[in-house]
Amino acid sequence: MLKTSATDVIPEKKVEAKQKSKFKLTANDKYYASIFAGPSLFLLGLFVFYPMFRTLYISLFLTNTFGNTTLFVGLENYVKLISSPDFVSSMWVTLVYVVGVTFFTIAMGLLLANLASQKLPGIAIFRTLYSVTMGVSVSVAAIFWLFIFNPSAGFFTLLTKMLNLPTINWLANPTNAMWAIIITTVWMHLGFVFLVFLGAIESVPTTLYEAADVEGVSKHYQFFHITLPMISPTLFFISTITIIGSFKSFGLIDLITKGGPTNATNMLVYRIYNDAFFGGNYAKSSAEAIILTVIIAFFTYLQFKFLEKKVNY
Amino acid sequence: MSTLLTNVCKQYDQGKTVLKNVTAEIETGEFFVIVGPSGCGKSTLLRMIAGLTQISDGEISIDGQVVNNLPPKDRNLTMVFQSYALFPFLSVWDNVAFGLKARKHDQSEVEERVNNALKMVNLEDLKDRKPRELSGGQRQRVALARAVASDAKICLMDEPLSNLDAQLRIKMRQEIYALQRKLGITLIYVTHDQVEAMTMADHIMVLHDSKVQQIGTPAEIYKTPANEFVAGFFGVPPINILYATKISDKAIRVNNDFQVDLDQTVTEKELKVGIRPNELIVEKADELSANATVQNVEFLGDEKIVYATFSNGNEVSAIVPSDAHFDMFENIKITSTNNVLLFNQDGINVTANREDLINA
Repeated sequence: MLKTSATDVIPEKKVEAKQKSKFKLTANDKYYASIFAGPSLFLLGLFVFYPMFRTLYISLFLTNTFGNTTLFVGLENYVKLISSPDFVSSMWVTLVYVVGVTFFTIAMGLLLANLASQKLPGIAIFRTLYSVTMGVSVSVAAIFWLFIFNPSAGFFTLLTKMLNLPTINWLANPTNAMWAIIITTVWMHLGFVFLVFLGAIESVPTTLYEAADVEGVSKHYQFFHITLPMISPTLFFISTITIIGSFKSFGLIDLITKGGPTNATNMLVYRIYNDAFFGGNYAKSSAEAIILTVIIAFFTYLQFKFLEKKVNY
Repeated sequence: MSTLLTNVCKQYDQGKTVLKNVTAEIETGEFFVIVGPSGCGKSTLLRMIAGLTQISDGEISIDGQVVNNLPPKDRNLTMVFQSYALFPFLSVWDNVAFGLKARKHDQSEVEERVNNALKMVNLEDLKDRKPRELSGGQRQRVALARAVASDAKICLMDEPLSNLDAQLRIKMRQEIYALQRKLGITLIYVTHDQVEAMTMADHIMVLHDSKVQQIGTPAEIYKTPANEFVAGFFGVPPINILYATKISDKAIRVNNDFQVDLDQTVTEKELKVGIRPNELIVEKADELSANATVQNVEFLGDEKIVYATFSNGNEVSAIVPSDAHFDMFENIKITSTNNVLLFNQDGINVTANREDLINA
């Protein structure tokens, strides 16, 4: 430790420099960082980032039936898609579906959660029943609803016959098929959404309602002016994931309508799947996938920009 | 006109009794404090007056009208909660206006009442803030402003100061008291803090073991407590309770040790005596004449508290002037003035009633 005064000054300067760049990693830090983050970075890279960029890449080319790129065409795939009435109708169908599913899921979820949060005897049974769809797989739900929608022996048909009403053909009529898909999807989502809303409603402090009771505020007013604002962060979260989730719906459509009748329920995701794996047109479906990604990102951005500020009190 | 509680009872389904035969009259415009240790049912009683909890038996009437089955909103009262029950998503102004708006009062009337209420609690400058941007005391004042704006004749408060620090508690205590006097409302106030009860109340109700122990003015409660519990609950440090035996008609021997001559006739042979810490006389003594040992001494500024144990192990606390010097484990002799309270074996006060004490 015997040092001249001149050499003493130099290390001090180095220390100062080190403090200025706050997040400088030591070799040891880097070693541990790579051990901890390495495996998941590798897996994400292999199964998420590589396919993502590969899709973007393919969408700028023409491809053969093996999915290999043949000719660079720039944005031509996109231009073709946007000018194709088929694709535009698919976008509209998807939009109707997403809006319908999101609206009814949130409305029904709120209604059921509000009912189930009441302190009534036997309410636990309803809480279990309402959340049970969380445990049902898509294929089971599809079979179950196909039976209900069946035009000759389905539950709805039996019901309308019993009441002497005209029979509705759920899956053969374009409008009805859309409703059928929306109803089924809402039913699938409801269990989870119900549970999350129930948790949020139950965590609102009871003194807020008691204070309102003492002031003579009606229950109806309390729901809209206490419950809703208090659970608005949850509402925001649920609406975001429901929108994203319904944009990505695939299983139910494939199992119930297969995009039909006359493309009435041919959502973007289903179209991507058909174009790639049945049409063999990988370039086209890659471009469609990119458009879908942009749409979802755009909606999510809008939500965060306009709603997020309002829900964080 | 006043608020009358007649034999009010509360049992829960499992048969647990929370309150038994509570009877009291709360006069209009008075500051009425319900005090007791935790779990004595004081909050339940307040919630029953508010109508948030059903009563099992008995009758509550406000201004001559039985309100047992009336919902809270029809009882013309307002309530301040321990947690303040502020809406985190509304500004101070909107929090105060919430009830008025919900009941569809005129816009101009709402504005006038809210502004007046905010002025009264000195919150005008903060009216646009959200609750999270306020300190504890300011939040408390928003809750008060809400009560003021509602214009109700009765205000219920459930431990409103217990979330505040000691300094602020003293300040808010004075503000609440001043507000109550200014508005002339009936204030029913629940607390577990005997100091709050003593300093603010016109009348105090002491609850313990699901029963009313005593109702009276702070002076009555302090000077002529109904029983050993009430005597022990009020006063810091608490009253010393020691066993005593009668040695003549007008004298007792306390703790089998020192004698106290009384101004009254003693009827019971064995009794308990309650001596306030400031009525004990502490003297230095040599080993032979000493009857106690100092365990600890606390300096409080203008006085000291001496904690001591008698030779038979009973503990007492005494207040001595701050210039008196006592060391730990020092031998002392403790005696008492004759200003003591006498309780029978069941803890009931049997001291001769002395009106002069209360009015002193």
